[in-house]
Amino acid sequence: MEPVRPTGVDVPAEGGARSGAPDLVELLKACGRGDQTAFARLYDATSSRVFGMAVRVVRDPAQAEEVAQEAFLEIWRTSGRFDPAKGSPLGWLLTIVHRKAVDRVRSAEASTRRDATYHQQNQAVEHDSTAEAAAASLEARRVRGALASLTPVQREALELAYFGGYTHTEVATMLDLPVGTAKTRIRDGLIRLRDTMGVGA
Amino acid sequence: MSDIHALSGAYAVDALDGDERAQFEQHLGECETCRAEVASLQEAAALLAETTATTPPAGLRDQVLTSIATVRPLPPEPGEAPVVSLESRRRRRATAWLAAAAAVVVIGGGGLVWQQTHDEPPSRVEQLQAAGDVQRFSLPVGDGGSATVYRSEHLNEAAIVTKGMPAPPDGKEYVLWLQHGSTMTQAGVMPEGSDNKVLFSGDAATADGAAVSIEDAGTEPIQPSDDVVALFSFDT
Repeated sequence: MEPVRPTGVDVPAEGGARSGAPDLVELLKACGRGDQTAFARLYDATSSRVFGMAVRVVRDPAQAEEVAQEAFLEIWRTSGRFDPAKGSPLGWLLTIVHRKAVDRVRSAEASTRRDATYHQQNQAVEHDSTAEAAAASLEARRVRGALASLTPVQREALELAYFGGYTHTEVATMLDLPVGTAKTRIRDGLIRLRDTMGVGA
Repeated sequence: MSDIHALSGAYAVDALDGDERAQFEQHLGECETCRAEVASLQEAAALLAETTATTPPAGLRDQVLTSIATVRPLPPEPGEAPVVSLESRRRRRATAWLAAAAAVVVIGGGGLVWQQTHDEPPSRVEQLQAAGDVQRFSLPVGDGGSATVYRSEHLNEAAIVTKGMPAPPDGKEYVLWLQHGSTMTQAGVMPEGSDNKVLFSGDAATADGAAVSIEDAGTEPIQPSDDVVALFSFDT
């Protein structure tokens, strides 16, 4: 096949309304048939979300790149198994990325990681102009709005689990919650987020 | 709500440790309610990525596109068709032309060196037959005929080569299957004719075996009929 070039036309409004992006369902189907051009378009439409989440979870940009690459490879390999009846393309692929990122963070659990790289991570995000653009995007604002409707402890538990990659037991300890309570907070928070955003109904 | 159901949210954000994750996944297999809830909560969790979008380094795109070029996407999810003792079915249905084949004969690995007699590149079956890690499994069929399955884990391909295979009954056709654990996945249909070379579609590298069954022509069965006429085990 021809070397794949950037298509140039389908770079979506970053973080923009999901409906404005190329049809990810069709792209995934084509990927399942081995269409590398479709995969390049899928990459262009999702790489900021994929990389941004990976870097937020694993903190170290070089490791985040590795995680993103592994995740994209997995997405390509399993693209034919994506079932639109079971969920959205973004939900499906970001679930894959998140699992990889969390597994990485746990397996590479250098005792110093979280403290030592915290500063790095903040800088990486601060200095990225696209992240700022994304922050200003409508979708990101809606999500932030929905998050604001969670109770503080729900939001904290959810963010520590999702972005921190901590287990619910660790989250309980960090938030001084009785063991077994954090999982309830996480679940309640997610339900609230889901219902406020009207997804996954 | 019992404890295990309450793990749905933590599972959706990968906040279970290894043991809990395995336990909950087992539970998911049995609990439709939790499957639906987890799916919806994963959708919700994925929204959080909207708030952290960050342009990746430019080099990542090339790395990713290069890496996928060497990997074949998996075939669609197999239908959940449990193999109810294929072995026993096969024994039960001692189809005439297979009567003598009580066991799979493993002829052994070893690459054939394909010889390029024309300018044409070797076919995929020829490449497979010549692969360094090729495995070869042969069964007698019909009156002096044979069916041989070749498999290469490295190439992630398997093929069946038939010689002197009897025609299926009227209105029937031979269907190919790959077996993964207790699941059989349809892997193609044999064309007409007694001598064929056919690649299996599907994930051959991880398959535990292959089979040929007789099915009503033109149907797309999701699991083999009882009429399994050849079964190849990849265990060596």
